[in-house]
Amino acid sequence: MNTLIRQAVSVVQPRRTFLGRTGLLLSGTAIALLSGREALAAKADKAAESDLRILNTALGAELEAIAAYQVGAESGLLQKPVLDLAMTFQGHHKQHADLLAATIGKLGGRAVSAKDKYSFPVDTLKNQVDVLRFAAGLEKGAVSAYLGAIPLFGNRDLAKAAGSILGDEAMHWAVLRQAVGDVAVPGAFVS
Amino acid sequence: MGTFRSKGWLLICAMLVGSAAAGTPAADEYARGAQVYERCAACHALEADRTGPHHCGLIGRRAGSVPGFPYSPAMRHAGFVWNEKTLDRFLRSPLTTIPGTSMGYDGVKDNGERRALILFLREAGHSERCRGMSARAP
Repeated sequence: MNTLIRQAVSVVQPRRTFLGRTGLLLSGTAIALLSGREALAAKADKAAESDLRILNTALGAELEAIAAYQVGAESGLLQKPVLDLAMTFQGHHKQHADLLAATIGKLGGRAVSAKDKYSFPVDTLKNQVDVLRFAAGLEKGAVSAYLGAIPLFGNRDLAKAAGSILGDEAMHWAVLRQAVGDVAVPGAFVS
Repeated sequence: MGTFRSKGWLLICAMLVGSAAAGTPAADEYARGAQVYERCAACHALEADRTGPHHCGLIGRRAGSVPGFPYSPAMRHAGFVWNEKTLDRFLRSPLTTIPGTSMGYDGVKDNGERRALILFLREAGHSERCRGMSARAP
């Protein structure tokens, strides 16, 4: 398991399971409750719920990215070595999804599943460049999505883990841009 | 002759409109909005539901009302219609506007970027692409 996620889980998990264990592991929420600070406890629980929602939205997007790369791979429009590259990137998204799903489960949430069917603009994908540009657009969107999620995490270790995934998506985006002949890194900042 | 005149007049009008549209503040704002919209591409598209719901016809639509889309309870019960004002509030800070929304995104903080994005959503949401989507709908 990714070290960052392991740290995040180790921080949050005791609160979720302390009653089922020995009762000796008291979380911030439990301490707040025991000391009569219900408002603080409720706030901590809300933050954990919010973190789970963010993780599940990220998981949904990762599952969609996996499906998108599959469409690209099966389109017959990608030639080697570009096809291998796409499969490598799809593999990264699978790793992201596995990790997010495992983390959601460990934090007491229920991970979303892949949809039965995804809708991609396949009628606009006529050649390899079209497929790569479409993938680049999704990767750019993923960078923005993680960037927009990071400030919202109550658990800073989850924010750090999201930053790690963001870095990977940004590399995908740059490589895909390079592959279609665009400037690989269009600016000093992402947004 | 009359026909030729009217066709010629139409052509001139079209040229004038075309030259006025390109490079105008509205066109620039739309292009800027389209660029900002690229940030949404991991979860949204105009014509199809993705991780988030489609955006064709967003303006004027009741929040949380796309049939079959698995909204959060918070969004389903938001109780308002998307317009420039509600979009502006939501896009600035989704989670504080609708606590419990699945859109775990900090928001578009820059006023100008938000304004351009809303213009893009308004215009693109009623574009030919979107009208085609309505036509394809069962």
